[in-house]
Amino acid sequence: MASTSTAVPVRQTQKTAGFQVSEQYAHLGTMVFAAAILLITGLVLYSLLTGSWLAFSKFGLSFFGSKAWNPVENEYGALPFIYGTLVTSFVALLIAVPLGVGAAIFLAELAPAKLSSALTFLVELLAAVPSVIYGLLAIFVLVPIMRDYVQPALKAIFGHVPVVSSLFEGPIFGLGYLTAAVVLAIMTFPYIISISREALLDVPVDQREAALALGATKWESTYQIVLPNARLGIVGAIFLGLARALGETMAVTMVIGNDPSVRASLFASGYTIPAVIANEFPEASGIQASALIALALALFLITIVINGGARLLLHATSQKGA
Amino acid sequence: MPFRTRWRYVLSNVMMTATGMCAFLTISILFFILGFLVYNGISSIDWAFFTQLPKPPGENGGGMANGIIGSFAMVGIASLIGIPIGFFGGIYLAEYDGAWFAHIVRYTADLLNGIPSIVIGIIAWSLIVFRTKTFSAWAGGVALSLILIPVVMRGTEQFLRAVPTSLREGSLALGANKASTILKVVVPAARRGILTAIILGVARIAGETAPLLFTALNNQFWQGLSKPTASLPVMIYTHAIAPYDDWHRQAWAAGLVLLAIVLAANIAARLVVARSAS
Amino acid sequence: MNISKDSDTMSPSRTKFTSMPDSSPAANPSVASPPTMKMRTVDLKFFYGTFQALHDVGLEIKSNRITALIGPSGCGKSTFLRTLNRINETVRGARAEGEVLLDGENVMKLDVTSLRRRVGMVFQKSNPFPKSIFENIAYGPRVNGVSNKQELEGIVERSLQRAALWTEVKDKLQKPASALSGGQQQRLCIGRALAVDPEVLLLDEPCSALDPIATLKIEELLFSLKDQTTIVIVTHNMQQAARIADETGFFMLGRLVEFDKTEKIFKNPSKKETEDYVTGRFG
Repeated sequence: MASTSTAVPVRQTQKTAGFQVSEQYAHLGTMVFAAAILLITGLVLYSLLTGSWLAFSKFGLSFFGSKAWNPVENEYGALPFIYGTLVTSFVALLIAVPLGVGAAIFLAELAPAKLSSALTFLVELLAAVPSVIYGLLAIFVLVPIMRDYVQPALKAIFGHVPVVSSLFEGPIFGLGYLTAAVVLAIMTFPYIISISREALLDVPVDQREAALALGATKWESTYQIVLPNARLGIVGAIFLGLARALGETMAVTMVIGNDPSVRASLFASGYTIPAVIANEFPEASGIQASALIALALALFLITIVINGGARLLLHATSQKGA
Repeated sequence: MPFRTRWRYVLSNVMMTATGMCAFLTISILFFILGFLVYNGISSIDWAFFTQLPKPPGENGGGMANGIIGSFAMVGIASLIGIPIGFFGGIYLAEYDGAWFAHIVRYTADLLNGIPSIVIGIIAWSLIVFRTKTFSAWAGGVALSLILIPVVMRGTEQFLRAVPTSLREGSLALGANKASTILKVVVPAARRGILTAIILGVARIAGETAPLLFTALNNQFWQGLSKPTASLPVMIYTHAIAPYDDWHRQAWAAGLVLLAIVLAANIAARLVVARSAS
Repeated sequence: MNISKDSDTMSPSRTKFTSMPDSSPAANPSVASPPTMKMRTVDLKFFYGTFQALHDVGLEIKSNRITALIGPSGCGKSTFLRTLNRINETVRGARAEGEVLLDGENVMKLDVTSLRRRVGMVFQKSNPFPKSIFENIAYGPRVNGVSNKQELEGIVERSLQRAALWTEVKDKLQKPASALSGGQQQRLCIGRALAVDPEVLLLDEPCSALDPIATLKIEELLFSLKDQTTIVIVTHNMQQAARIADETGFFMLGRLVEFDKTEKIFKNPSKKETEDYVTGRFG
């Protein structure tokens, strides 16, 4: 097959774009697909705004301050759900942040690289577990534990402390704000751990070495030097965890107790925005449906703000650079 | 050694051990989840589970065949819609970046990624269920695709960007135009990562429940794609909250099956990426 | 001194620049006539955003010759090379002014993909596609319209022979290109560029990542290609330029300081800056 001539027909080929993918079609085509995102977002806003219009025109902004939720009399207010959503999420963070950041410190500072990667891999697998499976375990495993061990213990410990005891009052069913918060905390761990770990790993090695060279202990170096360096990233991780917790539906619905009231005790049953939508929307119509959509709109806006904040923080950490 | 120094060392050891315990605790949860599911679910997984429809409450036995088929169908619909849109949109974001349009698309994709899935369910409800006056697998599939699109788009973009510029220049220098370069050089170079992003996205929507609650609803039978359709996650939910022991048993079995699928997909995807990096 | 025309056996290290191959018509009968001008730039300026990388560069590249461009880091020689096939256009904010002519035609007026087929490029660090050896070479002809299997096989074999790589890879054409050594990969890239039969071959420091033996192989290869194509090579290695180039241009701070026969540049430069550079006083 070897030819002695060096002139190859290709040089004489004057055809140019004929055998290649058309530039214009490629650019335009991919742009159209990308525009689908804008279309979807437009649809999201459109659906939420038109759907909630009925409720807002009837109740106005007092919708957000009202505690009522009465399908029979068509009286609806958002307060119990906003309260429940916020309480469960914040308590969840109270549990998840110390544990999560602690675990992240271990993975970033102490564990040898191979162990750290392997364990992080497992943590990230936790993030992939579907919400309904967490819910399944919550109902059958967590609720009995809370009901039979944790909640009585908390009541025994704090029952006589003034003010704090009001958090642990009332009958113990194993359901309620606290149990939902625990489930949320477990679901938030993977996000807080993996993002905090990355933020910690981003802190340059010479910072730690400088601290240790001055005689600091490992903990002092971590707590006083590395952690502050990584704080933007860790706060970003917390924000992301919060956004996730706020929007979490299935696991919470299964253990929150479905009671649209506002109560101080963590043992009490409550409700969250995603939970009430999940429970009532399939059969709702008219004003009730519109009120539920209004709740969805509120949740949508809250999560956008928090997610946006989280991304800004994480972007700021990467800009700051190593 | 002076007291203060000794105290500092003790504190350091205590705190670092505490962090180790945090890690141990959080990671052992994964094993607890697996353990409970296997313990409670493995005895209930039999051939009937995969092939039979649910029996009415009170009667033992039966399975979740309709849920399995329904999940397959809806994830399939979502993939048919979501993967092409996400893939080509991701190509646009990575290769034709620069204009304000690309920035807006990217920002909006991130926004969509963060929307709670129950809100996505409401969107699909108002777009399809409201207009067609019926719950259906189509609505469920569309809802899932709304979740899948931003995941695939950003994932595709990320892995295309990781392809070194030298490869693109090499292709251009041979007289290929930009579109050919993308199609024949850049995308093949990034194919492993893109596949991973797609697998992870599909695994995620396979486990989603909330968006299906009022789009596909549920169904004790299989009545086709234009009627309410059961899905594995929704069946787990309804069976878990019901007061029948036999239904609880089924829920554990279904939970085990769903988790096994999701974890297998995740592990496979991450191994694919790990191998391509080496 | 008679230099054998069989370029495979000639070692550049034996070639002293006191007797250039050109000087002997018997050595290269195809260029017995006075050299023609293949490419030319006129008042070429280049900007990266607001930064001006090239100032009024004008030089001529002669057909079937090796032209070397030397100079200290950041002097603009690579930028200049990349204007010849307009590959700089992929960089955002990059802008050229002035003229670049190929066979008398302004390259800005030519369709860029056919320009790049005629003016090929080999990069500093070898960049084989993540495909098989065969597919790497076949890529260029394929996008330029060749689809016949036998034709492609013939082109691949010819290109690999011209790139002095055929004997080493002919049994493993389906293996991935990444399995080759650094030097082999660079020769693969040269072969890939040759597969579209370019009129001009641009090389941007092609040997900087290679060991001396691989470098030698590539220099021999370039020398053997001279009568089939025109070669422009950017190098930071002055000895390399002295070994293989017919003409050399010295760049500094974005300007072409001097351009002349290689012998003159190295033995008797006109400008002081050139002399300082080639004698090693800086750079």
